[in-house]
Amino acid sequence: MALTTQKVKASVTPPQKASQRSLSSGRKYAWLTLNYLLMILLAIFFLFPTVFMLVSSLKANENQLLQDLSTVSAFIPYGDISLQNYSDAFHRLPFGLYMFNSALLITCIVALGLVVNSLIAYALARIPFPGRKLLVVVIVALIVIPFESVVVPLLLMVNQFPWFDGSTTWINSYQVQIIPFIADAFSVFLFYQFFIDIPKAFEEAALVDGASRWRIYWQLVVPLSRPVFATVAIWQVITHLGDFLWPLLVTRGDTYRPLMVGMDVFFDQAPLRWGDIMAFASMIIIPVLIAFLLFQKWFLRSAALTGSTG
Amino acid sequence: MSISMRTKTSTIAKPKKPRWHRKEYFSAWAFAAPALILLLIFLIIPFFIAIYFSFTNQRLISGPLRTNFVELRNYLQMLGDGSLHRALLNNSLFGMIVVPVETSLALFLAILINQKMRGVTVFRTIYFSPVVAPLVVVAVVWTFLYNPGQGLINEFIKAISFGHLGPYDWLSNPELALPAIMILSIWQGVGFQMVVYLVGLQGIPEPLYEAARVDGAGRWRQFWHITLPQLRNTTIFVLIATTILSFKLYAQVEVMTHGGPQNATATVVWYVVHQSIDNVRVGYASAVAVVFFLIVLMRVIPVLRSVIVTEEREM
Repeated sequence: MALTTQKVKASVTPPQKASQRSLSSGRKYAWLTLNYLLMILLAIFFLFPTVFMLVSSLKANENQLLQDLSTVSAFIPYGDISLQNYSDAFHRLPFGLYMFNSALLITCIVALGLVVNSLIAYALARIPFPGRKLLVVVIVALIVIPFESVVVPLLLMVNQFPWFDGSTTWINSYQVQIIPFIADAFSVFLFYQFFIDIPKAFEEAALVDGASRWRIYWQLVVPLSRPVFATVAIWQVITHLGDFLWPLLVTRGDTYRPLMVGMDVFFDQAPLRWGDIMAFASMIIIPVLIAFLLFQKWFLRSAALTGSTG
Repeated sequence: MSISMRTKTSTIAKPKKPRWHRKEYFSAWAFAAPALILLLIFLIIPFFIAIYFSFTNQRLISGPLRTNFVELRNYLQMLGDGSLHRALLNNSLFGMIVVPVETSLALFLAILINQKMRGVTVFRTIYFSPVVAPLVVVAVVWTFLYNPGQGLINEFIKAISFGHLGPYDWLSNPELALPAIMILSIWQGVGFQMVVYLVGLQGIPEPLYEAARVDGAGRWRQFWHITLPQLRNTTIFVLIATTILSFKLYAQVEVMTHGGPQNATATVVWYVVHQSIDNVRVGYASAVAVVFFLIVLMRVIPVLRSVIVTEEREM
């Protein structure tokens, strides 16, 4: 694969070299074709389930959908094409409410999480203090604890937690789906990995100038670390959009339920209509995909900062 | 902080190790406190409660039976629990296959789309797109695709083998169910590792390659002697992340197979949830969770040590 990388890099070298290389231009195009062929095959592999889902969601005729399942027509929107399944999904359950709940929960978790997790990561990566190394080990050990294994103790705990509005339990509320997930060991670890790679010279200069740690964090580290903030944010959005077990256990009725639990409700609801389910799934995935398209450049911005320490 | 500090340090030409340690300790702990408190309440304490439960016959709903100390009974019971052994084996198989395959595929994809070619950003987006799909949704769609009678995947296999192979009963065949879940997991997860590698690749200084080319190193040697060593930190990260995620395998199993057929896809996390929520045997489930935590920790410690060593070199 390195071979192909270099080959193509060669193909975009300055024009004066082109004449030199004209002999091998045939091979060059062969490589290029091979590369594109490979990329297209892989693209088909990564796209087909999503395309299948989107196309199926548009087929209003359930029988046609099931018949098309085994052939290429599963990918071709034809026949009875409409948004009927989408409107069915809206009518059969409070999709708007689920959507609002998910959006609210995820926004809170991600916004608060970015601050809390990056702060501790900065302290661990950059401020020398006793116990630092031990804390790093503890954080990594915490990543290992599967959330599912503490679900029952946590359930029994939050069941008895008071809240500001006077209620004596957190069950069936927004906070029970937010607060336990703000601090996340894995996000801390992501930030930590990024922060230790930031050149120390910047900070030392600022420290010599008498800047406080808070100012360094806020005015130096945060602006330099936008890619990792974006990465953690997207990672968190994806993770918590998929949350399923916990919301199912701590909510009763629709009021506080997020999308994934709604999807499960939808499954259990007779009659099982795949068209509606695919429409529901599409409505979850399309907004996330759009958000990703808008933010993807941030992923790749870190360039000069990471990896240079090898 | 600082006027006093400035006067103190400005006289020194080269910044020495600063002496304002006490203030530093305070900021460090202040920065760490919110996360630590939250982790303590919502992860560490529940985990210790789980450890406590593991020595009792705690049930989800207390009911008429009193909760008693049972000493090591839960732990001893694990020794003879065939379903649990199968779950542990499944997790190991999953890790042994998915971690190397996903990591190398991620690196391969990253190198492929790190080229200066027209349209690579489109491909990057396509390869990443499964990552943004919630696992529950992905599992539902793939259940549909794996469908034995008319599923797309069987039809595809039939077509490329000219009708010699299939149809396979993917999710109900004890030998195929776990591989089926592996394929779906790699499909869903590899895009994230790819992006991590891509960031790593773009951080490798170009002069290194130029120097290597001047020295006459071929492309393959450049890959082995520059690209791979330069990606060391990235690879450690990708390995840790993939390993941990593979141990946490749950949603796909819950949605697609419920651990079946004949425990062929049962994983430890799935088993813990199944025991505590469906069978309400919280005490036993907690014991399983504790032992599993120790096993995973053992697995991660060697990798973790290399992280600490790297970091010490840098500090």
